[in-house]
Amino acid sequence: MADTAVSSSPAVAAAQAAPVASGTLLGAITGRLVIVVPYLWLLVFFLVPFAIVFKISLSQTAIAMPPYTPVFTGMSDFAGKIGDFTADNYRILYCDFAGLVGLSGARAYCESFALDVFFDSPYIAPAYVSSIWIAGISTFLALLIAYPIAYGMARAPASIRPTLLMLVILPFWTSFLIRVYAWIGILKPEGLLNQVLLATGIIDTPLVILNTHTAIFIGIVYSYLPFMVLPLYSSLEKMDYSLIDAAQDLGCPPISAFWKITFPLSLPGVVAGCMLVFIPAVGEFVIPDLLGGSETLMIGKTLWNEFNANRDWPVSSAVAVILLLILIVPIMIFQNAQARAQEQGR
Amino acid sequence: MKSLGSIRRSFAPWNDPDARPYIAFENVTKRFGDFTAVNNLSLSIYEREFFALLGASGCGKSTLLRMLAGFDEPTSGRILLDGQDLRGIPPYRRPVNMMFQSYALFPHMTVEQNIAFGLKQEGMPKPEIETRVADMLKLVKLTQFAKRKPHQLSGGQRQRVALARSVAKRPKVLLLDEPLGALDKKLREETQFELMDLQQSLGLTFVIVTHDQEEAMTMADRIAILDKGEVMQVATPAEVYEAPGSRYVASFVGNVNMLEGTVAERTENRARITGASGAEIVVENAGDAAAGNTVAFAIRPEKIKVSSRPPAEGTANVMEGEIYDLAYLGDMTVYHVRLADGQVLKASALNSSRITEDPLSWNDRAWVSFAPDAGVVLTR
Ligand SMILES: Nc1ncnc2c1ncn2[C@@H]1O[C@H](COP(=O)(O)OP(=O)(O)OP(=O)(O)O)[C@@H](O)[C@H]1O
Ligand SMILES: [Mg+2]
Repeated sequence: MADTAVSSSPAVAAAQAAPVASGTLLGAITGRLVIVVPYLWLLVFFLVPFAIVFKISLSQTAIAMPPYTPVFTGMSDFAGKIGDFTADNYRILYCDFAGLVGLSGARAYCESFALDVFFDSPYIAPAYVSSIWIAGISTFLALLIAYPIAYGMARAPASIRPTLLMLVILPFWTSFLIRVYAWIGILKPEGLLNQVLLATGIIDTPLVILNTHTAIFIGIVYSYLPFMVLPLYSSLEKMDYSLIDAAQDLGCPPISAFWKITFPLSLPGVVAGCMLVFIPAVGEFVIPDLLGGSETLMIGKTLWNEFNANRDWPVSSAVAVILLLILIVPIMIFQNAQARAQEQGR
Repeated sequence: MKSLGSIRRSFAPWNDPDARPYIAFENVTKRFGDFTAVNNLSLSIYEREFFALLGASGCGKSTLLRMLAGFDEPTSGRILLDGQDLRGIPPYRRPVNMMFQSYALFPHMTVEQNIAFGLKQEGMPKPEIETRVADMLKLVKLTQFAKRKPHQLSGGQRQRVALARSVAKRPKVLLLDEPLGALDKKLREETQFELMDLQQSLGLTFVIVTHDQEEAMTMADRIAILDKGEVMQVATPAEVYEAPGSRYVASFVGNVNMLEGTVAERTENRARITGASGAEIVVENAGDAAAGNTVAFAIRPEKIKVSSRPPAEGTANVMEGEIYDLAYLGDMTVYHVRLADGQVLKASALNSSRITEDPLSWNDRAWVSFAPDAGVVLTR
């Protein structure tokens, strides 16, 4: 009797605990799933393609299909062909960069690999530099334009905010390509803008905007403006505007209150917006190609040329890998800012 | 009626016909859409006064302060500060600081930076700012939290930062919107006295909003009792308590027994009220009640005497009832006595000697009595 009583009590306890346990188990599984799904997504759609690109960047060009070696047909193939990998594509980029900055000591090294052409007439590194420069200026301009828009939206009556948000997103309903083409129609010498300016007598010779950097700035700012407005809006909207009252109460005039309170509190939005504009703008291809003409050098175009015109997949892959490394820096800044915003926790 | 002045100090400019109010609300109305938050309100507040606004939630207390600080403009009427019409003067140019009900602390600044903010705006030299901030931190007992951000503080600590930030500038007028609500009793009492000290020593004018009538009674020179955007009464704490002007004020401040009746006879100051609980009440300070008026006789519990035996023959205002409920609170005992008509009167007795057994218990017969001048007659 005593024996059964002892042995049954844990069983009873387990049975009683069971519903609770299964409840938490289910909770744990769904909890994991929620985390697993985005990681799986990143793995399949980011890490795997990146691994493929990275592999190609270590290959050599070949007149074949696909245009590089080694190509593996199976796992057994791998060991035999591993020696075919080369760092040459990265050496090309190194020589290109060294040539641009005039790193004289590097010339001998490049010569030893017969890469002195890249050292003498670099064309990839300048594209990186001008991409970053163009993206930087465009991001700054977008910030200048988007901030008042986002601020106005955030301070608008709550009832019309959804409509305003809708208006910001509305351009996405038309194809990006068509919208960029439309800018050609506006900006070309005999385009809409020049016609209006000529007709109103503001200018008497048509402005040359198309195929200049100005056109690229206009194109990028226009296309990416919503990506700047939305994060700014979300951080400005959740701001407590009684803080402005408090600042004014303590003797701070409105403009100064903006710089001391509103702007610092919107910084997470500013950083997020700048990243969302800067990162894709660096690699932008369509806008410089259509609006910038043949003169503009941007990395997206260089990539495209290497990949399609020169059919040099390995070099263009290396260019893409280095581009990613360059962009990781701002992404880290972004992450950091996000973490800080979270820590500020409101 | 004899005047019941402030007990705390002999400061009463409101009784001086020549004194000019420092802050004057003149027929101020504030509407939000078609909702009237403040209705044709007039108030005078004097320099160095500690003035409390007391009233139920939503009666317009915060709105009054916001208009004084400059965040809202009155729909009509005007607000004067030291004789100057404030209309159109932006908040950052008014010599008024406000402690917000929501605290409104700057989340990206430390406690120290929050407190120093207003001083920096003033262009105060750095060493002076540092000593002032240290003083303020000491005042609100947050010295060891100086480097924290607001989100790392408890609710009560945040409230104290907000208080310190508004006091730091030592403004001519300090507006405090429920400054101590989130503090525990002990800290609240300490801070109340610190605030009173500060106000005294710096000669500032304080306008404080509070839900807590005890707080208002402790701190304020005068109290304004508001209801639905209108002033019901402005008076010293003692007057508000002992001579409330209306049923609303009497029941809003402290505990009160209200006996409804009709004035049967009125002579000089005396009145005889009948109908109240079937009994007849004789009162000495009948105010403006005239014969035939329907009035309420308001009397505080501590002014009612309860006994287990009928009082001596000839005692005025005696009513018989039954102990319905009783609570021993240590320092005093509260009796609820049910009268013949069912109305329950609250009476409290100070336990001035150590009693081991109360002569009165549940359901005992009891007699209540009070002096003719113990209560007030309210016509409104
Ligand atoms: N901006 C506004 N728009 C519309 N109504 C408002 C606005 N501000 C205040 N009110 C209304 O005015 C009335 C008075 O508000 P107020 O904030 O002055 O109340 P209060 O006396 O401070 O109350 P509490 O004690 O709860 O803080 C309330 O009914 C409130 O709903
Ligand atoms: Mg309020």
